[in-house]
Amino acid sequence: MIEKDKLYSIWVYLQAEPLFWLTLTIGSYLVGDYLYKKSKLFPLVNPVAISILIISLVLINLDISYERYFDGAKFIHFMLGPATVALAIPIYKQFKLIQKEALCISVSLVIGSLFAIISTFALCEIFKIDDQVLFSMLPRSATAPIAMGVSDLIGGIPSLTAIITILTGIMGASFGTFALDFLKLKDMSARGFGLGLASHGIGTARAMSRNETAGVFAALALGLNGIATSILVPLLFKLLNLF
Amino acid sequence: MLRAIFVIFFFQLLGEALKKFFEMRIPGPVIGLILLLITLIFLKRFKTTIVNKLRNDVLSTSNYILSYLSLLFVPIGVGVVMHLSYLENNLFKVLVIVFISTILTIGLTAFLMEKINKRINKK
Repeated sequence: MIEKDKLYSIWVYLQAEPLFWLTLTIGSYLVGDYLYKKSKLFPLVNPVAISILIISLVLINLDISYERYFDGAKFIHFMLGPATVALAIPIYKQFKLIQKEALCISVSLVIGSLFAIISTFALCEIFKIDDQVLFSMLPRSATAPIAMGVSDLIGGIPSLTAIITILTGIMGASFGTFALDFLKLKDMSARGFGLGLASHGIGTARAMSRNETAGVFAALALGLNGIATSILVPLLFKLLNLF
Repeated sequence: MLRAIFVIFFFQLLGEALKKFFEMRIPGPVIGLILLLITLIFLKRFKTTIVNKLRNDVLSTSNYILSYLSLLFVPIGVGVVMHLSYLENNLFKVLVIVFISTILTIGLTAFLMEKINKRINKK
């Protein structure tokens, strides 16, 4: 009985420190990554999704608040900013190819970005989604910080947008390649561009794990669509209000 | 490695400062990315050893950081799962909409790009 108390006090001590949550995050990611490689990079066995699932189950079962978890995991979260800056390097290395494809990059960017916004709007109308949730969904293909800013601007709820945006990323990373294979698309730059445009960072991470060219074009699409979405959504929103 | 980390952090810092100054809606790290890219292209002309060394350092460190890019999304991803109840009775509908629209957008964008590319290369 005394030993049980002792174990419990150790647990109480550890769970209050960031170290435990950092270790859990990296450990569960390694499990996810191991399964991903074991499955020969099968898209549904997504390492991000697996580690999120493991950590969520731990938090729910042990009745730990997300804030307590994030207090430790924020050190990993912090690296997202520098990693975004680091995306300049693969773009720099493939700059010649990007210059060569500038025309089709611009056309695909504008049409792809418009399609993401308009198809979301149309589906929300079909499913009779409330306006506030609809506004929160429109910028969801942009990277999370941009999407949240745009959502706030047009009367959505930024925290809801964050959730929907991350969901978009996970969906794109898990199912996107099936659409690409179904269409029999072989051009790595095109495949990467589609993934990055529609499902931002998480799609880019997925593309990067498969092929460098795909990763570069995904990173490029992520940046460009962030800018395109922040211009197009408010513009379409104004047009919509005219009618 | 340390110098490269300094360079990357510095460009992010620069991006955050410019964002605040011009009150832009583009996130600081994205501005940092653009600035670093411009700097790298500009420095291409300079072939001094110090620049070369620093550039190689930044290149290898960035590759290292980017190989763990997906790990960095885990903390917010957990937040999404823990806060799914925000969506209340819309949850299922939202999942269906996000699924359909995302898949179609990926397919359409990649399809367009591959076809236009083939056209241009034929000429």
